[in-house]
Amino acid sequence: MLDYLISGISLGSVYAIIALGYTMVYGIAKMLNFAHGDIIMIGGYAAFCTGYYLHWPVWLAVLFAVVVCTVLGVVIEKLAYKPLRNATSLAVLITAIGVSYFLQNVALLIWTSNPKAFPNMLSFIPYVNIGRIQITGTALGTVVTCIVVMVALTLFTDKTKMGKAMRTVSEDKGAASLMGINVNGTISLTFAIGSGLAAIAGVLLCSAYPTLMPTTGAMPGIKAFTAAVFGGIGSIPGAMIGGILLGVIEIFAKAYISTQLSDAIVFAVLIIVLIVKPTGLLGKKITEKV
Amino acid sequence: MSNQKETRYVDVPGPGRIPERDKGRGPVLECTHLGIEFGGLKAVEEFNIAVGATEIGGLIGPNGAGKTTVFNLLTKVYQPTHGVILLDGKDTHGMSTAQVNQAGIARTFQNIRLFDKLSVEDNVKVGMHNNVKYHLPSSVFRLPKFWQEEKRAHESALELLDIFGMADLADVKASSLPYGAQRRLEIVRALATKPKLLLLDEPAAGMNPSETEELMNNIRKIRDTFGIAVLLIEHDMNLVMGICENIIVLNFGKVIAKGTPEEIQNDPVVIEAYLGSQADETGSEGFAASAAKEAQKKKAEKEKAHMSEVEEASVDVEE
Repeated sequence: MLDYLISGISLGSVYAIIALGYTMVYGIAKMLNFAHGDIIMIGGYAAFCTGYYLHWPVWLAVLFAVVVCTVLGVVIEKLAYKPLRNATSLAVLITAIGVSYFLQNVALLIWTSNPKAFPNMLSFIPYVNIGRIQITGTALGTVVTCIVVMVALTLFTDKTKMGKAMRTVSEDKGAASLMGINVNGTISLTFAIGSGLAAIAGVLLCSAYPTLMPTTGAMPGIKAFTAAVFGGIGSIPGAMIGGILLGVIEIFAKAYISTQLSDAIVFAVLIIVLIVKPTGLLGKKITEKV
Repeated sequence: MSNQKETRYVDVPGPGRIPERDKGRGPVLECTHLGIEFGGLKAVEEFNIAVGATEIGGLIGPNGAGKTTVFNLLTKVYQPTHGVILLDGKDTHGMSTAQVNQAGIARTFQNIRLFDKLSVEDNVKVGMHNNVKYHLPSSVFRLPKFWQEEKRAHESALELLDIFGMADLADVKASSLPYGAQRRLEIVRALATKPKLLLLDEPAAGMNPSETEELMNNIRKIRDTFGIAVLLIEHDMNLVMGICENIIVLNFGKVIAKGTPEEIQNDPVVIEAYLGSQADETGSEGFAASAAKEAQKKKAEKEKAHMSEVEEASVDVEE
């Protein structure tokens, strides 16, 4: 029972980090970046190629993946989303789906559809035994990373001028630019941070579930999106709580109900949450202007 | 109605005149032939103005005259389709809203647009965004530069709030401030961007007379403490006539009059714009006096109508 809880929290931590990317981009650019899951996959491949083929040390491979994804995120935003800044949200959504398929197919061209066996990059972290329960290094590393990311991100948005600029852009783009804030720059920064986190999530995900394919990012991406909505999209602690709850629910469903049905149960939970509390657990109340 | 010493003006090359005391510094804002069309509709045209470096100017006109549009042109929320805006002698053509702000124009809004979820202090710090100098790496790794700059920002934010008696509210969420304080905070936030020209869009809207009085003192205080120019849109004529040295009257997107409060109050074109074609009868009287007279006349007519109704009603009863 506790074992399941731990692996649930570990999986949930990965969802949480991915969900942070979704939620930040939604909060600031007011768009759903459905290509986010595929950036995870690219991050996975970047770490795999440098770590496995080139035998780079783990930290360097991860750093490389973060840089690749950060650049990729900013470039995607500039090329695909920025021209649509004033377009309808549906147009942006469809573009995001297009970008998602584009990335998957590029990965298919470069790395083929053969699954790669991803080496566990967190194997250097030792097992920890608490009583009779054994926590794997991977799970421990994942949870710790998640906590560090969460704290760092909260400090960043609350205490630094760039973070405050992000919050103002999220609240009122017009007023923010009249206060001298570069709105486009701030949105780019948001994509950069979200995509950098996606790279970390990619490494964590593939370390725990070591099959890397061009479609690896798609399902976790959708689930993390669910987690972001679950916790209240636009809210950083909401993404965190949503991610971890979702991971725990998924593992428990797999363990006690049915492996095949676990995904269905996860999405059923989302539907119930949305019926009961449409803004998500920590969602901001939407007040209609009259 | 003006309760301050008449400002002496000097002509400057270009579109207008500036107070004599600002002569040495040149106008902070000059607009020539400024205008914008929305699909053939000329929302503002031929807007020419010069604002002295420490001048308090007023922009008045009936609803829909294009006053806020002028502010939106000056701050590049709209890109002008005609004309030139010189800020401190520098052409702002092609600048973005954020760049114009950095170049020295700050504004407040007709409907308060504070960052509600941020504290009072953070709202002010957002205004300082471009004056707080550190880069992403130093904030991520919390280098000494970050702490120094954040400390400096904290201190100057409190200093600025203190000038307007709001230092004790620094930690309060902006949305929970009372209305008057929110209006004041908007001004403080705008001042935090270190402007050369402060644009106030209906700063007295929704204020009672004593709050308006305080606002007038604050606007003068801003001009004297920071040595900057203020241009304001306002419907409250007591405020406009009380503190503005130079007034521009807009109607249907065109400037119909420019001048000192006295000149404006006696301008028949202005009176006509505000009151319709009664100008013939009241043209020689003061603007405010004629407005008051007009109101009185209307009231009298209404009472008379009411009286006759009552009379008719009583006749009905008798029958």
